[in-house]
Amino acid sequence: MKRVAVIGVGLTKFGELWETSFSQLFVEAGAMAINDAGIDGDDIDALYVGNMSGGRFVDQEHISCLIADHAGLTPIPATRVEAACASGGLAIRQGVMSILSGFHDVVVVGGVEKMTDVVTEKTTQTLATASDSEWEAFMGMTFPGLYALIARRHMHEYGTTREQLAMVAVKNHENALHNPYAQFHSRITVEDVLRSPLVADPLRLLDCSPITDGAACVVLASEEKAREFVDNPVYITGSGQASSTIALHDRKKITVTDATVNAAREAYARAKREPRDIQVAEVHDAFTIGEILAIEGLGFVEIGEGGRATEEGETAIGGRIPVNTSGGLKAKGHPVGATGVAQIVEVVLQLRGEAGKRQVDADVGLTHNVGGSGGTAVVHILEK
Amino acid sequence: MKVGITGYGVYIPRYRIKVEEIARVWGGNAGTIKASLRIAEKAVPALDEDAATIAVEAARNALKRAQISAQKIGAIYVGSESHPYVVKPTATIVAAAIQATPDLTAADYEFACKAGTAGVQTCMGLVASGMIEYGLAIGADTAQGAPGDPLEYTAAAGGAAFVIGRDKLVASIEATYSYTTDTPDFWRREGQAYPRHGGRFTGLPAYFKHVYNASRGLMEQLGLEPKDFDYAVFHQPNGKFPRVVAKKLGFTSEQVEPGILVDRIGNTYSGSSLLGFAKVLDIAKPGDRILVTSFGSGAGSDSFAVVVEDAIEAKRDLAPGVEDFIAHKQYIDYATYVKLRKKIKV
Amino acid sequence: MSSIPRFWRNMKSRYNLIGKRCTRCGEIYFPPRNFCTNCRRRGELEEVQLSGRGEVVSYTVIRTPPEGFERQAPYVMALVKLDEGVMVTTQIVDVSPEEVEIGMRVESVFRKIQEDGEAGLIYYGFKFKPVKEE
Repeated sequence: MKRVAVIGVGLTKFGELWETSFSQLFVEAGAMAINDAGIDGDDIDALYVGNMSGGRFVDQEHISCLIADHAGLTPIPATRVEAACASGGLAIRQGVMSILSGFHDVVVVGGVEKMTDVVTEKTTQTLATASDSEWEAFMGMTFPGLYALIARRHMHEYGTTREQLAMVAVKNHENALHNPYAQFHSRITVEDVLRSPLVADPLRLLDCSPITDGAACVVLASEEKAREFVDNPVYITGSGQASSTIALHDRKKITVTDATVNAAREAYARAKREPRDIQVAEVHDAFTIGEILAIEGLGFVEIGEGGRATEEGETAIGGRIPVNTSGGLKAKGHPVGATGVAQIVEVVLQLRGEAGKRQVDADVGLTHNVGGSGGTAVVHILEK
Repeated sequence: MKVGITGYGVYIPRYRIKVEEIARVWGGNAGTIKASLRIAEKAVPALDEDAATIAVEAARNALKRAQISAQKIGAIYVGSESHPYVVKPTATIVAAAIQATPDLTAADYEFACKAGTAGVQTCMGLVASGMIEYGLAIGADTAQGAPGDPLEYTAAAGGAAFVIGRDKLVASIEATYSYTTDTPDFWRREGQAYPRHGGRFTGLPAYFKHVYNASRGLMEQLGLEPKDFDYAVFHQPNGKFPRVVAKKLGFTSEQVEPGILVDRIGNTYSGSSLLGFAKVLDIAKPGDRILVTSFGSGAGSDSFAVVVEDAIEAKRDLAPGVEDFIAHKQYIDYATYVKLRKKIKV
Repeated sequence: MSSIPRFWRNMKSRYNLIGKRCTRCGEIYFPPRNFCTNCRRRGELEEVQLSGRGEVVSYTVIRTPPEGFERQAPYVMALVKLDEGVMVTTQIVDVSPEEVEIGMRVESVFRKIQEDGEAGLIYYGFKFKPVKEE
């Protein structure tokens, strides 16, 4: 496919941001991205916002309008995109398609989630709407529960160990130490993970990404237009998106996220790349098992080898394929709608050489964003 | 034409709490209590069980033995003093859960511990008159005793279901006779969580008077004596009352003991005499005659003379027996018990 | 959940494990659907009674329950593959968490799934318990 340039990036700190409201978050990230791009507000043709549940978290729908209004960007077209935890990634793809279609030249794409304005039980309830409401959530299933089912089966089928899952969290916390925007700046050990309270056996507290407020934003431009503004664009060269069954119990094989496999296949094809070309990746580790499934589904390792590869350091900074240098969802935080966009921000910083102490040597990167237990997946490939 | 039982089924929840455990908390003397009530432990429902789930499980087991399509059931009556709703019948939940809807009549009964047998009598009338082909009568309860009250040692959960019909009978009902008066021995007002009772008044003027007179009245009606029966089953609020009334009536312990299960599962209220009856059906032989007399506070007793038929041999093993449920148990402590029985305000 | 029509519409499936079968391709759906995902407009769905027997494919113990399930925690949730080939998400009861195993045979029972507080409706449905098979 033709390339789309990322000419600016921005994000807020991720964490429990009591002082900051929903719309403030987006405006802050957006302003930073526009500064970074060196464009003016008047240059923007359209706005795409990824958000899972403004309705249940802050009693607000019509998000697209709210953001365009508070960003001072009316009357440009503004669109809210939702696919649970993949909302951000989908928003990116919508922005990419709007440019490749020729409809727009410069587009702002952001993601935002404000999760701490309600009590934890309400947050858990809301996240469960990403699963099958009638036949999973209604029965007493939770989000960690769904991933726990996958983890246990993965351990049963492939011999993945409890320790290997823990190593995903340990690695990501280590990486986040060097990410000023991350929610957590704490080193943890495998023992810390194994001693943390059980949430849904075998998953423990430190296997699970946190509840987070945050926003991330990028400015996309057509390749021609990009050169008017910056001399260091990073290009989105591939995009893939796929749907699967909403309920885990309808999946063909619960230990393989077929949406990831299908989305990746499309992205690699469009970018004319293969898994071994990828040199840095931000993947969807909502739970530690999520990163194992990701590196298998994306083709970085053979199916069933994800645990071993993690244990042997293949995905660490300095390893064969550094994964989640930002700290991932686990340590950077997971403001649901923002995550997919934040992943793009991290890969762009890496490819630009602006990743500070977590810098890796990479010309080709990949982002991977999943909705629910695997009902939606979206993959982007970026290159210098 | 004979009217009788085409199929029967039971359900007893898995949890048990011992007398010693309750006594430990309330400072009671377990030995004395066990000796006077002649009960060792009682059945406790899980958080996700209630009289409706118990009634459904018992009904499904009864249908397994009845071997009829549920669509042929023309009436369902569920007797309980712990219906999940005060308004909205348990009987329709059962009807939907056994796929008997929509061509039937249904209602819930309340008459303390004899609501289930009242349902049996109603079904007998509807079947004998030809108004329906089969009826389903269920007695099921998840009874509660106030913490610290003597009733807490015995109030238990369980249920039994009987398909009443004219054919494929495992047992035929020769006759039924009831003895009913206005006797306020035990009651619960609307909105109250726990019942209240008259202490020793619940004995002679209540339980014994009605069980004795109903049983004697039935035997006189049929011109029968205790020796004409192989088994006698009575309502079992504790282990003492049924044995005392049996002796008063002239029944031997060989006739009474097989029907007693209160010592191991407690008083299942509307399920009590029906579960004892089912326990006897699990072992009785064709030709055996069984006396079954229930008792409901308020007060009344329904007495039945039942003769076991040949079909019982083939049908008995189509569903789990009472002893299977009694054996399948897990002990809990008092803290778990009050959590399950929602005696803790949350 | 506090939607009466949504629960009532699914009662047949929740109480009695009634699913759907596509007469064209034979695929069985439980929970039931209105559209065969293989045949789509060319498919035709009829009701089918499932046996309620199956085996545990995976399981977990929920310790951070959602609203309405607090009293029950910790409880076992599992994916059960029914003998007909379809998989359901369900609670496993009458068992302690340590006793549950992948491959364990189970059968359906009728229990309360949840209730709408002290004054709202009670929602009944299927759960599964271990079964010893001869």
